[in-house]
Amino acid sequence: MMKKQIEKSPILELKELQKSFGNNNVLNGFSLQLFEEENLVVMGKSGSGKSVMIKCLVGLIQADKGSIKIKGQDITVLGQNELDLLRTEIGFLFQGSALYDSMTVRENLEFPLRRHKEKLNMKETTEDLIIEALENVGLVDTIDLIPSELSGGMQRRIALARALILKPKIILYDEPTTGLDPITAKEIIELMRSIQKKYGTSSLIITHDVDCARVISNRIILLVDGINYAEGTYQELVQSNDPQVKAFFKH
Amino acid sequence: MTQSLRIVERVKAFFIEIGDLSYFSFRFFKEVLTRPFEFQELLRQCYLIGNRSILLVGVTGFILGLVFTLQSRPTLMEFGAESWMPSMVGISIVREIGPVITALICAGRIGSGIGAELGSMKVTEQIDAMEVSGTNPFKYLVVTRITATTLMLPLLIIFGDAIALFGSAIIENIKGAVSYQLYFNQVFDAIKFSDIIPATIKSFFFGFVIGLVGCYKGYHCKKGTAGVGEASNSAVVYTSMLLFIIDFIAVFVSDIFFEI
Repeated sequence: MMKKQIEKSPILELKELQKSFGNNNVLNGFSLQLFEEENLVVMGKSGSGKSVMIKCLVGLIQADKGSIKIKGQDITVLGQNELDLLRTEIGFLFQGSALYDSMTVRENLEFPLRRHKEKLNMKETTEDLIIEALENVGLVDTIDLIPSELSGGMQRRIALARALILKPKIILYDEPTTGLDPITAKEIIELMRSIQKKYGTSSLIITHDVDCARVISNRIILLVDGINYAEGTYQELVQSNDPQVKAFFKH
Repeated sequence: MTQSLRIVERVKAFFIEIGDLSYFSFRFFKEVLTRPFEFQELLRQCYLIGNRSILLVGVTGFILGLVFTLQSRPTLMEFGAESWMPSMVGISIVREIGPVITALICAGRIGSGIGAELGSMKVTEQIDAMEVSGTNPFKYLVVTRITATTLMLPLLIIFGDAIALFGSAIIENIKGAVSYQLYFNQVFDAIKFSDIIPATIKSFFFGFVIGLVGCYKGYHCKKGTAGVGEASNSAVVYTSMLLFIIDFIAVFVSDIFFEI
C-alpha cells in the first residue's frame, strides 16, 4: 500500500513547517503527505502542536516557515478569495464541534452553502443537500433544534455533517473523539469510516486516542518536539522498540 | 518587577491597545465598502439591536423626563421662571442628556452583549469555523454589528428624547396645569437646528463607538470563559469612557460652528 501511495502525488503536503509562539518553538520542521483516499493519523501528547499544525494547514494560523500545498496550490501565497475557494475542498471538524450556537441545525448546515453553492455548481437544492448531510450522520429529525438541545455526541455528528456539506475531498479531524464516552466515540469513528467509503475522501486525523488511531489509520505520524518523530502503520509502531513510541502505544 | 517598570509596561500596553483598536476600525472602513455585502445579517442585527433596547431606552427616557422636571421645578419657581420649563427641558434633553444617557444605557445593553457574544464565539472556535467555511467572519460579524449600532443608535436616541419630553410634559400638565399642546409648542419653539444637528451627528459616533469597542473586545477575547466576562465588562468600561470623550469633542466643535 505504501509503495502504491508513493507513486501517487499527494493531495495535501506540508514541508518543513515551523511555528513559534515567542520563545516556544511548537513546530520545528514538521512534514507530511496525505494521499487520495488515505486516512493519516497524527498523534502526539497534549500541547505537542497537533492543533497548531492543523490550523496552519487551513490558514487559521500563519506558519513562520515551510510550505503548505493543497491540491498542488501553496496556501501561503494565495489571496483571500482563492484561499476561500480552496477551503471549500476541505472539511474541518473542530475539537469542540464549534457549531454556531445562535443558529438551528438547519442554519448551521446552510451557512457554508450561502457563498459557495453556486461557485461549486452544485445542482441539488439547499434543502436536499442539508437532508443528505443529516442522513449521513443519522440525525434528520434534529433539523430544527439548536445546538444546546443536542448531546455532545449529536453535536459532533452535526459538526461532521456541516464539514461534509460542500462535499470536500479532504476532511481534517481535530480530536474527533475527545470528550466523548467510549460508545459514542466508537460511533463517531464508524461514521468517519462510512463517510470515507461513500465519498472517497482523504482524512487527516489529529488525535491522542490510540483506539481511534488503530481502527481508522492507514498510516500514523508521531509528532514529538515539533518534528515527525516516527512514521508507519499502526502495527509497525506498536512493534517499535523506541521508548517514546512505546510510551504511546502501551495500554 | 519594580513599580516604575510596571508603569512603563502598562503605558506600553495602553498604546498597543490604542494601535490595535485603530487598526480594527481602519479594517472596518476597508471591509464595509467591499463586496460581498451581508445585508441580511445587517438587517437582523438592526432588528435585534433596536428591538432589544427599545423598552429599556423608553422606560429610562420616561423616568428621566419625569425626574428632571420634578427636580427643576422648585428652583425655577423660586425665580418665577416656571414658564421656561419646556424650553429648558427640551434643549437639555435634545442637546445633551438624551443622547448621553441613551448611549450609556446602550453601551451597557448592546456593547456588553456584543462583547460577550463574539467572545464566546471566539473561545468556542465558532469564528474559526466561519473562516474555514469560506466566510469572512470580520465582515459577517463585525462589519454588520458596527454598522447596525451606528444606524440604530440615532433612532434610539430620538425615541428616548421623545419619551423623555413626554414624561416631562406629564409632570408640567399635572403640577403646572400646562396643556400638552402648549408644552410641545414651547419645546419646538426653543429647539433650533443648531441643537438638533450636532446632537444627531454625535449620536452616529456614539453608535459607532459602542459597536466598535464591543466587537473589538469580543473578537480579541482570550483566556477561555473567564475572558468572555472580561471582554463584556471591559467593552462597557472603555465605551463609557470614550462616549464622554466624544461628547466633550462634540460640544467643543459645536461651539466653534454654532456658537452654542
